[in-house]
Amino acid sequence: MNLQRIWTRGAIYLILLAFAAFYAMPIYVLIITGLKPFTDVNVTRMWELPKGLYFESFTQAWTLVAPNFKNSVMITVPAALISSMIGSINGYIFAKWRFKGADTLFILFLVGMFLPYQGILIPLVLTLQFFHLYGTLPGLILTHCIFGIPITALLFRSYYAGIPNELLDAGKIDGCGFFGLYRWILLPISMPAFAVVLLWQFTTIWNDYLIGLVVLSNPVMAPVNVAVKNVAGSYSVDWNVQMAAALIAAAPTILVYLSLGKLFMRGLLAGSLKG
Amino acid sequence: MAASPQTITRRPRWRRWLRTDMALAFLVILPSIIAVAIFIYGFIGWTFYISMTDWKSSVVDFTFVGLKNWIRLVGDRRFQIDLRNLLFYAIGFMTQCIVIGFILASLLDQKIKGEALFRTLFIFPFAVSGIVTGVTWNWLMQPATGINLLFANIGMEWFRPNWASDLRYGIWAVSIAAAWQFSGYVMALYLAGLRGIPNELREAASIDGAGTWGIYRYIIIPLLMPVTFTAMVLTGMNAIRVFDVVAALGGPGPGNNIDTLALNMYQTTFNAYRFSLGAAIGSVMLLLALFLVIPYLRSLQLETER
Repeated sequence: MNLQRIWTRGAIYLILLAFAAFYAMPIYVLIITGLKPFTDVNVTRMWELPKGLYFESFTQAWTLVAPNFKNSVMITVPAALISSMIGSINGYIFAKWRFKGADTLFILFLVGMFLPYQGILIPLVLTLQFFHLYGTLPGLILTHCIFGIPITALLFRSYYAGIPNELLDAGKIDGCGFFGLYRWILLPISMPAFAVVLLWQFTTIWNDYLIGLVVLSNPVMAPVNVAVKNVAGSYSVDWNVQMAAALIAAAPTILVYLSLGKLFMRGLLAGSLKG
Repeated sequence: MAASPQTITRRPRWRRWLRTDMALAFLVILPSIIAVAIFIYGFIGWTFYISMTDWKSSVVDFTFVGLKNWIRLVGDRRFQIDLRNLLFYAIGFMTQCIVIGFILASLLDQKIKGEALFRTLFIFPFAVSGIVTGVTWNWLMQPATGINLLFANIGMEWFRPNWASDLRYGIWAVSIAAAWQFSGYVMALYLAGLRGIPNELREAASIDGAGTWGIYRYIIIPLLMPVTFTAMVLTGMNAIRVFDVVAALGGPGPGNNIDTLALNMYQTTFNAYRFSLGAAIGSVMLLLALFLVIPYLRSLQLETER
């Protein structure tokens, strides 16, 4: 019995380690290839560690994607902040002010979360052109904010739904109205929800490719993921530079994930509608 | 707020309503409602309309031509390849995500030392963009090196697939890269589901003589059906709209071997300026997605009403 138990435990760890190796493999290759100089990037020695630490690939990649990296910061930070604020007030209303039809409306919001953007891209371009926002950063920020309305409302709604109504009733007795309840009761205890939503929106918007590609058609203005794709797509760029560029583009979300993994998990679960 | 004394003044009901906090709530959410109504629902209708016009250059042309583009699309070779690829990709991607996700979650649920570390690693790819995923796997899947080199090193030189550049099986290779990115998410869903199953249930089953397999077969897997359903919808939705991973892996590839509806739509519209045809492809994607979303949301609604 005991021996069998040891065998099963061993097998479980072995399988887990095998999967761990599979998941780590691309990350390993990404890092070691990025750290190699061009002369060491060889198809027969792909898996070997670099002979030293060479950062020339990174400096080379950085000159290629730096402007786009800055664009991504300028898009992602305001878009994540604004959409979180919109989501907070919408979630408050969906959770605590259920006017007639609010639940149906909420379901209709959620549908928007799932639809493929290809189904709305052409009208989006026409509309942005009409308002002279096409090809501009504000236009892309606006688009991300609007497409973020469903998910942010969902995340905040489930957070606020867990806050007892008695708390709000007490506020009402003290004379708080719609805004007062939000400002003085809910907002001060909303920080955990804000953290989850900000993190979620930051990751989603930073990692976006399609909307950035379409709305900012000019490669100079494009966000960093579009630039990385262009770098990788041109045959003149070497593997080490490609990997370094990919790592630069991935760094912000990786750092955020590694430092705030718990919050990320919470967003992950709530984002599937089942908390 | 209590507004009952004012009823005496006999204002019309809607004007009384306007003075309430409920009205204020509605007014505050109204801009969001309008934005969703226009940018999602309005645009969906608009896309369907464009798919029935004759807009095929950089000059907007809204001449109504009925189902002309749709008929053209049905006979289009590339579109047919896309549907075939969607089928294969969906099967490969969904199976990998759900099977691997379930296995990993079940293993991690066995009081594992270093569980947090494993979990962090498995979910890690989900924090990385589809472009970075595609670019990295493109390097790993180079026929002359990468994974094939690993196989050669363990004495399996005969196993040298062309991965994403394989004319027949390329789309399966894409599904591996995409599943690497997404399966950790499915694992997280299953893990949360497993943690929600009370231990008494398992204990009761094992007292009744059920072994590990029996517990999984008759208790855990049936109880996790809602999670599986969620995972199927989420992965299915992802299969319909897969774009960035494919683009970074060199899509549409030789002979459109790894082409997808999303890539076809983008290129048809924004590279070839065949807007109406692109809108028709986009509409097909919307219809496929609605096919998945509506039963899902219906199930959620039933759940909340219960």
